[in-house]
Order: sequence, then C-alpha cells, then structure tokens
Amino acid sequence: MRLNDDLIATDIAAYLEGHEQKSLLRFITCGSVDDGKSTLIGRLLYDSKMIYEDQLASLEADSKKVGTQGQDIDFALLVDGLAAEREQGITIDVAYRFFSTEKRKFIVADTPGHEQYTRNMATGASTADVAILLIDARRGILTQTRRHAFITYSLGIRRMVLAINKMDLVDYDKAVFDEIVADFYAFADELGPDLEIEPIPLSALKGDNITAPQGNTAWFEGPSLMEYLETVPVDDMRHDSPFRMPVQWVNRPNLDFRGFSGQIVNGSVKPGDRIKVLPSGKESQVERVVTMTGDLEEGVAGQSVTVTLTDEIDCSRGDVIASAESPPEVSDQFQIRVLWMSDDALLPGRKYIMKIGAKTARVTINAPKYAVNINTLTDEPARTLELNEFGVCTMALDEPIAFDPYTECREMGGFVIIDRITNNTVGLGLVDFALRRASNIHWQALEVDKNALAEQKGQKPVVLWFTGLSGSGKSTIANELQKMLFAKGRHTMVLDGDNVRHGLNRDLGFTDADRVENIRRVSHVAKLMADAGLIVLVSFISPFRSERQMARNMMDEGEFVEIFMDTPLAVAEDRDVKGLYKKARAGEIKNFTGIDSPYEVPKNAEVIIDTTRNTVEEGASEILAWLESKGVI
Amino acid sequence: MSSLTHLDRLEAEAIHIMREVVTETEHPVMLYSVGKDSSVMLHLAQKAFYPSVPPFPLMHVDTTYKFREMIEFRNRRAEEVGMELIVHINQQGVEDGVGPFSHGSSFHTDVMKTQALKQSLDIHKFDAAFGGARRDEEKSRAKERIFSFRTAEHRWDPKNQRPEIWNVYNARKRQGESIRVFPLSNWTELDIWQYIRRENIEIPTLYFADERPVVDWNGVTIMVDDDRVPEDLRATVRTESVRFRTLGCYPLTGAVASTAKTLDEIIQETLLNTSSERQGRVIDSDQSASMEKKKQEGYF
Repeated sequence: MRLNDDLIATDIAAYLEGHEQKSLLRFITCGSVDDGKSTLIGRLLYDSKMIYEDQLASLEADSKKVGTQGQDIDFALLVDGLAAEREQGITIDVAYRFFSTEKRKFIVADTPGHEQYTRNMATGASTADVAILLIDARRGILTQTRRHAFITYSLGIRRMVLAINKMDLVDYDKAVFDEIVADFYAFADELGPDLEIEPIPLSALKGDNITAPQGNTAWFEGPSLMEYLETVPVDDMRHDSPFRMPVQWVNRPNLDFRGFSGQIVNGSVKPGDRIKVLPSGKESQVERVVTMTGDLEEGVAGQSVTVTLTDEIDCSRGDVIASAESPPEVSDQFQIRVLWMSDDALLPGRKYIMKIGAKTARVTINAPKYAVNINTLTDEPARTLELNEFGVCTMALDEPIAFDPYTECREMGGFVIIDRITNNTVGLGLVDFALRRASNIHWQALEVDKNALAEQKGQKPVVLWFTGLSGSGKSTIANELQKMLFAKGRHTMVLDGDNVRHGLNRDLGFTDADRVENIRRVSHVAKLMADAGLIVLVSFISPFRSERQMARNMMDEGEFVEIFMDTPLAVAEDRDVKGLYKKARAGEIKNFTGIDSPYEVPKNAEVIIDTTRNTVEEGASEILAWLESKGVI
Repeated sequence: MSSLTHLDRLEAEAIHIMREVVTETEHPVMLYSVGKDSSVMLHLAQKAFYPSVPPFPLMHVDTTYKFREMIEFRNRRAEEVGMELIVHINQQGVEDGVGPFSHGSSFHTDVMKTQALKQSLDIHKFDAAFGGARRDEEKSRAKERIFSFRTAEHRWDPKNQRPEIWNVYNARKRQGESIRVFPLSNWTELDIWQYIRRENIEIPTLYFADERPVVDWNGVTIMVDDDRVPEDLRATVRTESVRFRTLGCYPLTGAVASTAKTLDEIIQETLLNTSSERQGRVIDSDQSASMEKKKQEGYF
C-alpha cells in the first residue's frame, strides 16, 4: 500500500540509502475544527501512506461510530489525542504528528485555533519552519486568520501557506480564491516585508491539491501542498550567520581533556577559528571539534558537538562561544516582547527566573509599555499581561548575558519566564534590543582588572562620601584628609560639588530632579575612579537619603563610606564662607538646602564628624583613624 | 554547506536534551529496557558525553520474566560502555510468586513493572529518568512533553503540562517531584531502524528471525524461553522461524513468523508490514485509551 513498495520489496538497501538523505521539515497547522484542520492532517498522513492497516481498520470502525462523514472515512479521527478531548470534539493542546515522503520527514505541530489557546499555538510555532494557515473558502480572512498569522510571525516564522480549504463548497471558483488571497496580502504588509506567502486552493475532504494538482482547480498553477512542503528550503538562513554555541556542559573526563559541549545554533566552526566567550569577552582559538565518530573539519548549525580551545580560559554552562569577529551583544537590560502563558497575571517588578539557551538568570519585568490586541493588532495601554496577552515591556537582569535579537536568532533571543514559587513556565519572551546604548559596546575582558589596579597602588579602593549642609566643612576636611593620605603615599582624588558643576554637570540646576541627576552622575564617576584603584573623596551636599543609597548600592560591599558633617544650620549659616545663605535668605537663590529645600540627615553614616567641637585637623585625623581601624588603609 | 539530514537533526536534538538533564537535575538515571529503542538511547548518550562516559547509571527493572538473552545482552553492554548498571526486582512480588502464567498479564505487569519502577525511583531518589518512548507509538503519547513531570506519587497529569517552547526546557521542580525525559519523542519506528543501520548499533538477536521453540498462549505465539511455561503448554511446543518486533517479558511478547535474518530484511519486513508496532504487546489492547490510563497511574 505504500508509494514505494516496489523498491522496498526489490532493493531495500537502495531504498534505505535514499531515505537516509532525507531532510526534516517542521510545520504548524493553524485553524479550527471548523476549518477542517484535523481532516487536513489526517489526509496528509493517509496520502503519505503513514497509516497501518490495523489503524485503518479502527479508523473505519470509529468513522461509522462517531464520525461526521456518514459512511466515508472521517480523517479527523486519526489525529485525535487524549480521551477527554475526544469527547469534547476539540483539541486543546499541542500534539505532534509524524509522516514522511520520499524527500522529507515531517513533524507537524497540531494546535487549536481559538483565542484561549494562543499559548499553545505559540508553543507549536516556536519550533516550526513553516506555518499552514487554514482558511474556510466560504468565510475568507477572519479575525482568527490575522491572529494566527500574527502569532506565528511573531515567533519567527517567515514562510506561510495560505491554505484556502473547502474549495469544493464554493465550486472551485477562482474568483473566490483570488479575493481571499488579495485580502491576505493587504493584511500581510502590516506584519513585515520579509514574509513569504504561498496560497493554495484545497479540499482536504476531497483531496484536491493535497499531494497532486486536481482537475477541479485547473486554473491554479502553483504547487500542491505536499509539493510545497517537500521543496521549501529548511534552515537556509542560519548557516550564513555568525557562529554561536551556547555552552551546555563542560566535558572533563580527565586532566588532559577540557571540552565545551553544546548545540551550534548559528553559523559554523572550524579548528583555527578565533572565538570569543561571552559575557566575559575572553578570546581564544578553536582547537578541535570533537564527536564520538571522529573530529569534524567543520561543525554546522544544528549539530551537537564538543569544542576544545587552545587556551585555558574560563568558560562554563550558560556562556556562549561565538565568532570573535562578530560576537553577540552583552547586556542586562532589554526591550522585549512577552506572551503571557499563566492564569496568574504578570506581576511587574517581581523577580522571575528566565532561561535563555543554557543560561538561567533572575529577571524583573517592568509594567508593559503597551499590549497588542491580537485580534485587531492595535496597541493598547496595559498595566499587566493576563493569560494569552502579548505585550512590549522592558526588563532588567541581575547579571549581563550574551544575546542576539530574536528576529536574528531564535535560540539567542528567545527565553522562557519561570515562576520562582510554582516552578511553572509562565511566559515566553523575545528580545528586541538592549536598552542602554553603552551596552552595544561589546564587553572586553579586562586582563588588567580592578584588583590589579588597586594592588599596583598598594591600597584598597574606597569612596569616602562627605555629606552635609553648605558650609558644614565637607570640602575643607576632605582636602585636609587628602593631604594626609598623600603624605602616606596613597593615590587619591577629590570630587567637589562646585568643581563638578562647572564641568560635567554644568547643564544641571538645583531642582529636585537635577539634584538627583547630579548625584547619579557623580556616583558613576566615583565608581569608575574606584575601579581604577583610587581612594575617592566625594564632597557633595547630597541632601536626599535615596540618592546616597543609590550611590552606596553602586559600589562593592564595604567600598562606600558615608561621612556626615554634623553641623547645625545656624552654625553653617553663621560661617557662610561663600555668602550663599545671605543670598538664599534674600530670595536670590532658589531651592537652597536648609532654607527652602530639605536636608535628610543620614541614618546609617559610618563616620559622624561634629564640626562644632573639632578643628579641621582633628576631623580629618578622626576619619583617618577610622579608615585604619577598618583596614582600609 | 552540507545540510543536515533528518537523522542528523533528531540525533542533535536528543543529545541536546540529555545534556540539559545532566546539568539541570541532581540525580538522573537512564531506564534501560534492552530493546532497540534503549539501544539507540544508550548510543546517543555515549555520543552526547564523549569522550566522557555518560554521567549517570543505567537501570533495568527486571520482571524476572525477561528473555534470557536480554539479561546477558544487558550485562555485557553495560560493561562495554563502562556505566554503572542497577537492576531492580520487586522482591515482594517475587516472594508472592507473581508471574504472568499464574496471575495474568495485567497484574504481573502492574506489580513487577509499574510498581517496581516506582519503588526503584524512590529507593535511589532519582529525580530524572530517561525513557525511550516515542510520540508515534500511541495516540496519548503525541501530546506528552519531552520533559514530563510526575508528582511525588508518580502520577502524570495530562491537563497540567508545562508548555515546551523552542528547545528551552524548564526542569525546575519541587522536592519529591521527578521528571521522565523522552529524548526519542520525535523519532518514528522507521527513524529508529534507519539510525541503527546508519550507526551500526548492536541489538539483541531476538529481533532477527531464527528457529525458536514456540507455543500459542492467549491467542499470541510466545517463545518457550525457560521451563516456567506451564507443562501442558510446553506439551504443544513446536519450532518455527520467528522474530520479535518488541522485547519484554517473554510470555507477554508475541512472536511473528519471519525469515528476516539481516537488518535490511527486518526493515523491509517492517515497512511492508501491515500492523503497527504495539499490536504485538498484549497490554495495549484491553480498552480504548488504555495507555493514557496506565500512564496516569505511573506506567512509563
């Protein structure tokens, strides 16, 4: 009963050798029971002779018992899944079907088409090369057709069959077909320019254009569905992309072998290729591409291999080995698209777990910028995402990761979102781009790192943060302390409010927002200087607790020392070295701290200097003693 | 650039799955049933971790009624591969004298296979177990995930499965829960045979036709593998050229008349054959959707 029975019977070896060279195509069928989806899949299985006689016998029996086609075979029954669904007469999950022809093996993701099963369709689409959109010729392009096209396109499918089914019910009318095709092309322009569409008129029930053209649609010049599926290119795009391999496992059978095992997701790799390990950015060269059946001259996208490198560099599970010439970006903040898959809505700001490739990280997803109405494809404001809702968000990770935009590489830009409590997969995310422009600069591995720089100077980097009212003595004592440290051979730098405001921050005024920005910038400069191994003395009024906390959070543990210059307003105003209090009182300066802008006294300052009782030298000495007692200097 | 064949892609997928399991679970095990699918799975494990030996043990749930050749084959292969082999037998069942001839196929299978499997997973505290099941074997398998979760009571809930997106598997679980992992989910029977042929994988000779002593029992032709076959049955023994399409307990595995002595001949016969693979297993044909029921109860 099979197509190739003769060859199987006469020359099995020739048949098998031919079949070993088959390629694999994965596709998804989108449509509902009413569109004849199960009938179409059943028909594909039947026409490719993938049904054994015992299955056929039970199919015929079932068709008579519960079928909807009278005495004819009900192909839909072939693809039935779980018992509960069989009773309801609808499929409610993703089922995978298999069949093969002379040219290819096929894996079909069979998913339901109703809106409440959007997540199932996305799951099926995630591994598919091609989507078949099923359309009832009598009803044309419906809301659900647009939804299916949007979901599959979003998940990265760029080849779609517009399967216009039930042509038998419209008398195989070319005009009906043409109108539906024109409608769809008009809509497809909204999706993107890179979508390839193949319209085919069908009757799954009668078998028209399933495996071969039929006289009923003599006007149609395109391929039959099977011809299309057998010839459409597979994986043709990823081979020319730059090399990417997420490391799954470090292979260390003995001290002489250290390999990195993973599946190549893009491009190819050969011994001698320069590679980069991300996110560290360390470079090396490929030594061997190892498999059990022998080293490969070249490993290509799709293969699972083990790579050894010429250098002993750090590389572990979750890292990505990539082409050194065109490595992926590294970042910890992204704009993403999210499809929510859980009954419990997304909680913006809460920590979730993400898994991307072999990397697992903690992530906070912010409130959506907007949600896409998947029926009208319009953007709508949203505070959260409910089950089956699709939206655009930003997210922050607790560590940087290597990635490519999802549209360039599914494996490097697609991730699942996992609830930390239930362990369930609650959503999928697609990386669009990294948020900070600075992150587009590829991370360089700093051989000369912070520790090396500090060691060279024979000191521990530290940020001494002087806070207090204007005139409280911050700069005076900071300058005195710097002299003392200099005398001890320490490498220091003073960042003074007045000085920085003349340069880096001269665009900022004294509103609350500007004060916050002022501190943010200074904190970053202080951090860079600390990274350079310096002892940084920051002398800023910095009146708000939250900004001082922000600065503290930015530094490593124990690296931030808050020094409060405890001076009552009356004393500071009385000193009025720069004459500022007088001007503020006269209303010539707005937003002056202590007068018409608040100063929030530190609650957890490491050092408090009472400037009303100490001289400048005593104050500086007290700080120096504190630093010595803590082993900082 | 050479394109990958369907077998290349299936192989790469299975290897990727196995590597995920050893890094994301604490105590994985490979259930080794000695059949052709297990042989393929073992071969893939060797490939996945080469030059290391696969970093998990093999476990065989021995119902005490397996073909004798299966036991010899099992012990030899484990030694050749260098993996630890754990054999589990339900001792309570042995003490109670449970067997297919005395207790019937479904009771024997439940006690010596299903219960035994749960016992062994509990005893060794395995939190992940590789199995060789394929989605094309049976309708209810078509919807089972590659990473299929079991409650602490080993139950499968088909209505509450995690979505599996791309090849990103979420293997997180609570204490006591375990995962059955099916690296061959997307393989068909023909893929298995073609892969065995391409990779030259050794399988037990029971798959090849030979003159064997057989009797008819419960409408199925079975092999007389030892003298536990009841005497009245043994009296009817005859010699026929038969082979087996699946391997399990010898009293529960139907022999098919065949002269196929080479791999190509087996594949030829399989392709031209007109009944699907599980038809030879006594356990499936009880009632519709019976497999789904068995799996909910913990059958692999």
